[in-house]
Amino acid sequence: MTIHEIVSLVQGKVLSGKITQEEGIEYCFASDLMSDVLTVCRSDFMLLTGLSNVQSIRTAEMSDLKYVLLVRGKTPPQEMIDLAEDSGIVLIVSPYSMFKASGILYQAGLKGVF
Amino acid sequence: MDLTFQIQGGDFTSAGAASSQVRRTLKELGVDASVIKRVVVALYEAEVNIVAHAYKGEIMAQISPERVFLKLTDEGPGIPDIEKAMTPGYSTASQEVREMGFGAGMGLPNISRNADVFNIHSVPDRGTTVEITIQIS
Ligand SMILES: Nc1ncnc2c1ncn2[C@@H]1O[C@H](COP(=O)(O)OP(=O)(O)O)[C@@H](O)[C@H]1O
Ligand SMILES: [Mg+2]
Repeated sequence: MTIHEIVSLVQGKVLSGKITQEEGIEYCFASDLMSDVLTVCRSDFMLLTGLSNVQSIRTAEMSDLKYVLLVRGKTPPQEMIDLAEDSGIVLIVSPYSMFKASGILYQAGLKGVF
Repeated sequence: MDLTFQIQGGDFTSAGAASSQVRRTLKELGVDASVIKRVVVALYEAEVNIVAHAYKGEIMAQISPERVFLKLTDEGPGIPDIEKAMTPGYSTASQEVREMGFGAGMGLPNISRNADVFNIHSVPDRGTTVEITIQIS
């Protein structure tokens, strides 16, 4: 699924990084628990989370992820946006809840990691 | 190559900065991405443990063409029962730590899983030392 499609499906807004028309992602993992995310060996997934602080960006960085989708319409602290920008991570925010965003994206074809 | 970092307990804004620097260095050295991920995931959980559970600490990263050796030494409460601390799900983390996305008792088991060699020893009321070795080639 292209990142542009994902952004529009969740009524998202891109707060850091640039996305091309073509780039996309096949898998997603949803969690507020960063230790959980850090147990996933693969790196080809988007992180969907409600954790609105720098540790979700750090976790994406260590996990070698490029996309973080922050749900529940949270306004991330500026330091989180700056860190995402510095780390080359695309930070997207959505007004939807984790359940709603997950459901919509799953139905549209985004796959779970496990 | 040797890198050292000073870590401050309770400083959640900076938690991960050392791991990020080690990641950048390994990338510049052209180390395989899957090896880098194992190194920095283990290091990040161990760095967060100092921030979450200790007063202050030091991280030493020794990088050679064959392996990465990480040594984390902290001054803190130490761990009275290491076997118990290594049990998945065991945690004494504060609410503040949980709000940062950690504190589920999954850190030490995950460090051990990513390491080729993992050593931990601790003196209660003094501090903890964690050693992680990951082979590059
Ligand atoms: N550096 C440390 N100093 C003191 N206690 C520690 C340290 N690292 C781990 N611990 C203890 O071991 C427990 C388990 O650690 P871990 O598996 O990383 O889970 P978590 O950090 O999520 O609680 C911690 O809750 C804490 O009681
Ligand atoms: Mg921990």
